[in-house]
Amino acid sequence: MSATLTATSGIADAPANRPEYKVTFARVVRSEWSKFLSLRSTWITLAVAALLLVGIGIMGAYRYDPSALRGPSADAHDAVTIALRSTELAQLALGVLGVLATAGEYTTGLIRSTLAAVPKRLPVLGAKVLVYFGVVIVVATVGAFLSFLGGEPFLHGKAIALTLSSSGVLRCLFGAGLYLALIAVLGAALGMLVRSVAGGISLLVVLLMLLPVFLDILPSSWKPDVSPYLPGLEGGAGGSIIALHQGSGTLSPGAGLAVLCAWVVAALIGAAYRLLRSDS
Amino acid sequence: MIEIQHLVKRYGDKTAVDDLHFTVKPGVVTGFLGPNGAGKSTTMRMILGLDAPTSGSVTVNGKRYAQHAAPLQEVGALLEARSIHPGRSAYNHLHALALTHGIPRRRVDEVIELTGLGKVAKKRAGAFSLGMGQRLGIAAALLGDPQTIMLDEPVNGLDPEGVLWIRTLLTNLAEQGRTVFVSSHLMSEMALTATNLVIIGRGRLMADTTVADFIDQAGGDSVKVVSADSARLREVLLGPDVTVTGEAGSETLAVSGLSARQIGQAAADAGIAVFELTPQAVSLEEAFMTLTGDTVEYRSNAGSASQTGAPEGSVAA
Repeated sequence: MSATLTATSGIADAPANRPEYKVTFARVVRSEWSKFLSLRSTWITLAVAALLLVGIGIMGAYRYDPSALRGPSADAHDAVTIALRSTELAQLALGVLGVLATAGEYTTGLIRSTLAAVPKRLPVLGAKVLVYFGVVIVVATVGAFLSFLGGEPFLHGKAIALTLSSSGVLRCLFGAGLYLALIAVLGAALGMLVRSVAGGISLLVVLLMLLPVFLDILPSSWKPDVSPYLPGLEGGAGGSIIALHQGSGTLSPGAGLAVLCAWVVAALIGAAYRLLRSDS
Repeated sequence: MIEIQHLVKRYGDKTAVDDLHFTVKPGVVTGFLGPNGAGKSTTMRMILGLDAPTSGSVTVNGKRYAQHAAPLQEVGALLEARSIHPGRSAYNHLHALALTHGIPRRRVDEVIELTGLGKVAKKRAGAFSLGMGQRLGIAAALLGDPQTIMLDEPVNGLDPEGVLWIRTLLTNLAEQGRTVFVSSHLMSEMALTATNLVIIGRGRLMADTTVADFIDQAGGDSVKVVSADSARLREVLLGPDVTVTGEAGSETLAVSGLSARQIGQAAADAGIAVFELTPQAVSLEEAFMTLTGDTVEYRSNAGSASQTGAPEGSVAA
């Protein structure tokens, strides 16, 4: 009833006295930030990632057994490896978070409202990247530190024990935060590229986890030349960023970061191209 | 003001919009009519720049939509498909849109009040009924207090109160001097709200006219007269601007240009007994279907049977 009666109140007589509205990049970022905060699913995914990151790290330290020949302790040569083993799982949760941020808009239809408000389109991608990178780098860095510090008491006095002041430890922990934030951005770019949540997640899993496996069926001489340049953790660029000691044939942390950034930028360029060129 | 010039949209071999050319003027409600699949939604998406035209151009208030500094202030649109995240509340959805333009929270509260969403604004939009979803879409369209309002099938899923509310809203918005462009596949709905009509079929412009002209062309309003002496009555009634049609030997005449009252008076003066005197409202729906009949994309057999018209009053066995 009240709706009928108030059908036009609140609509100023056009066009006199119109407020000055304007779309700016800062405002688009604020809008994306508010979208991020107002969805339960983003909070759940973020919490799951943080839980995996910290929980598995501490559990690894708790269960550490130097004499084990098999199991999670077998190839752990230092406390950082144990603390950051959880990145392998956390990266999936955070990558999915990124995919949902972009592909989720297409599957729900929200993208039409978003692009009607910001028809220049690119600011939307830029704002999403900024928001998700910013949130994930904070959460993942804190998670990596908690994982390391929480496991420290269990490893105290053992040969592999390290402290924050040990050489390279800080670099690894900050590296893990940065790596996970870049994976979230990669997920967002892939999601915008394929515009489907399932497709985006599949592509992410292929890039991060299946490509190293796939390499095994190629001629074995290729593997050392290709593997370090893959984005993922297993022998790839991501592994170089978070490992305390570089294995033979892997890149230096700086080179690994550069390679990973190249992957992310390539995905973002593809995403931007599709965003600008294809009908929504 | 929306100006569409030689607009074409092709998807592969299929031409969805074929050389559309028309202008939507401010101050009146313009109905955008066509059967399902005629290209109405595609045209509206091109106006917003969501789909790129294959050729031709479309401008809103003199510029392409994307070139406006505050697009939501130029055009507020409700699209046919839902354009919300089901997990977000109505309030947060509108607030996120408002933030892109620096539209104050106060305005978000206003459009929520205006569309009668007050009680459900904090609930997840995914749980909304079709009608509530439409109201949320209209709230989003009004958010920027836009000069041009474009609504794709706004009465879909609304209850009678909602339909009435939309009619009042559209008329008021037009009276304030805004451009109001509303699509529908129901001629009868448009006849009640629109002043101007743009009719398309299979992506092509069929008519760019006014509701009044369309009614005139459809035969205007006529009166059915059954009398004892139709031949003599015909002579009595004929005059300038009066047309009388009827088969020879039949008692029935169709008269246009005179009211039932005038006809009855004339018949009484002439001493002709009248058995029936019925004003006939012209069937706009039929006129619309005649116009677009060849262009209907998905025709059902039942539909075409009713178009030819079953004998009136026939009793179903």
